[in-house]
Amino acid sequence: MSDSRKTPTKTSTTDPDTTALPASGLIGSGMEGGLLDQARAYLSRVRGGDMGVLPALGGLVVLSILFTALSQYFLTERNIANLLTQAAPAVLLAMGLVFVILLGEIDLSAGSTSGVAMALFVVLSNPSGANLNWVLALIIALLTGVAVGLFIGFFVARVGIPSFVVTLGLFLGFQGLQLLIIGAGGLYRITQDPVIAIENGNLLAWQGWVMLAIVLVISFVTAFVDRRRRDRAGVPNRTYALVVIKLAAILVVGSVSVFLLNQNRGQVNYLNGKVVGGNIIEGVPIVVPFLLAILWLGTFVLDRTRYGRYLYAIGGNAEAARRAGVKVVGIKWTAFAICSTLAVVSGLFTASKIQSVDASFGNNTVLTGVAAAVVGGVSLFGGRGRLMHAAVGALVISVITNGLGLLNLGGGINLIVTGGVLILAATVDAVSRVRSGGSLIRT
Amino acid sequence: MDVPIIELTDVKKSFGPVSVLKGVSLKAYPGKVTALVGDNGAGKSTLIKGLAGVQPYDEGTVKFNGEVVHLTNPREASHLGIEVVYQDLALCDNLDIVQNMFLGREETKLGTFDEGEMERQASETLRSLSVRTVKSVRQRVSSLSGGQRQTVAIARSVLKAAKVVILDEPTAALGVAQTEQVLALVKRLAEQNVAVIMISHNLVDVFQVADFINVLYLGQMVAEIKTSDTTSDDVVGYITGSKTYGGAA
Repeated sequence: MSDSRKTPTKTSTTDPDTTALPASGLIGSGMEGGLLDQARAYLSRVRGGDMGVLPALGGLVVLSILFTALSQYFLTERNIANLLTQAAPAVLLAMGLVFVILLGEIDLSAGSTSGVAMALFVVLSNPSGANLNWVLALIIALLTGVAVGLFIGFFVARVGIPSFVVTLGLFLGFQGLQLLIIGAGGLYRITQDPVIAIENGNLLAWQGWVMLAIVLVISFVTAFVDRRRRDRAGVPNRTYALVVIKLAAILVVGSVSVFLLNQNRGQVNYLNGKVVGGNIIEGVPIVVPFLLAILWLGTFVLDRTRYGRYLYAIGGNAEAARRAGVKVVGIKWTAFAICSTLAVVSGLFTASKIQSVDASFGNNTVLTGVAAAVVGGVSLFGGRGRLMHAAVGALVISVITNGLGLLNLGGGINLIVTGGVLILAATVDAVSRVRSGGSLIRT
Repeated sequence: MDVPIIELTDVKKSFGPVSVLKGVSLKAYPGKVTALVGDNGAGKSTLIKGLAGVQPYDEGTVKFNGEVVHLTNPREASHLGIEVVYQDLALCDNLDIVQNMFLGREETKLGTFDEGEMERQASETLRSLSVRTVKSVRQRVSSLSGGQRQTVAIARSVLKAAKVVILDEPTAALGVAQTEQVLALVKRLAEQNVAVIMISHNLVDVFQVADFINVLYLGQMVAEIKTSDTTSDDVVGYITGSKTYGGAA
């Protein structure tokens, strides 16, 4: 509240702030200045408690270094590809949850929803079940997700029951429903090759490079369009160097990743320089472009459309949003539908990975998804967080599981470490908030 | 005097058996600040909620620019150009100034935000109100002081090209310097030919900016006075019911 000591605006000719105004007569936007100014502004934002994804990213790096030091298998092409496919369902589930968490709501039934939907899918599509066309079965499963989301949305937005309670009820009820659909002790194998390919297939080498090129082109075009719009409006742009740095970073990280993933990671037997057995496994896992596409689309909606902005607004102050003319009920409704649908897709990925669905499928995944979002820096109180945060958070949790698995440490240790990291992430967030002068209680 | 932009005649509102507004009339003129004062429970908020379309009146006529209108929901009021700046401000802490000012009416191109256009308009609006205390329009509202928040909330209504701005206790909970800033802002709002209706408990503030003072007492408008024709003591008398205006009663 430093400005309370300043002179009132009427005598503002002597106000130091006026001299800082740019010649254009516009109030600053924090986009002015060169690279150094931007770096300084960013640092001060971070120091001000706006850490975003930094702690999670730092955690990811530290854990990776740690596991690389402890296990010779961690930083191998095979394990990295394995890690990506292991993480994919959690990444997707966490991204879906972001939509409802941004509203300050929660969906505890996301995992059970994916379980029920995938149970429907296998029962409908399996030759020993209804033997329906698998695409049709998949559409039915996805629509189940939409319907469940709308059902939750109805009770939360219309009836006014806390989402925690509604989805806790569904979490319990759906486990029963799933048991009824599959039958006690039942297990269905996934038999459709395209479904198995999602988590087990790989892109051809050139397809991986094309994917990287598409990412670069999209990044460049969006940056270009943004800058042109700002130019037209006559407001300053961030320095061009930032665009170059961002693209260069994507290029370097992307190239290294694609290159490594394009190396053969299978067991091949040679005899006199000729391949005689084993199989060549190479290429970017097919699940990666799926995840990138959903990440991009979701981020686009959240950052650049009214729908996304209103999600943040409702999470920040629902009453203010309502008074501004935002249709709060409709937005809550659709957010739950998006979350449940993405949860079903996440379930599809899991089913593809483990190639079977049983009566307890998906039941214990939801809290991993919530933990991933929180570790990534998404606020459970709503209004703060991005899809990227949830994705990085899910990667952190997957790295823990993967790394401890390589060290032959059991599930007990894994859960303890994951829980510890979750509390650590929340603490970092809270402490940075206190240091920035805010309260531990989020408002 | 021109035609009042807002003219309420004999509006009534009851909640069950409780009659809150017992036939109230009110006029507001473009470019003038009309203060609405009265003790707690006098019916100020109910009067305002009717104008905002949040709680329609039971009886009485509302004229906007001389024409009878029916304000039955907030959108109609907003469509006419009536904006309310609520006491609790109704800003989203997690959004920045531009995002808050444009909430609900974002500028888009091809369905995506035109951030540059919004930023320029927000900046120009703040400058037109001579706002100098805001360093960056991309600051989050959570980082702003009470006076700055009030500024953003008022600028938001200006951005909407509001013809009537209703301020609910704009200086409550503000420090001395910030109160000065906000009152200066209220004056500039009126200079832009906006009709300002200001609810306040603080008579010092009222006498500083208001052109007219309207006093509500137990659901009735007991005084409508030019600020220059009255004194603080008289107004206190009207508010508490110990004096009657012009000996009419």
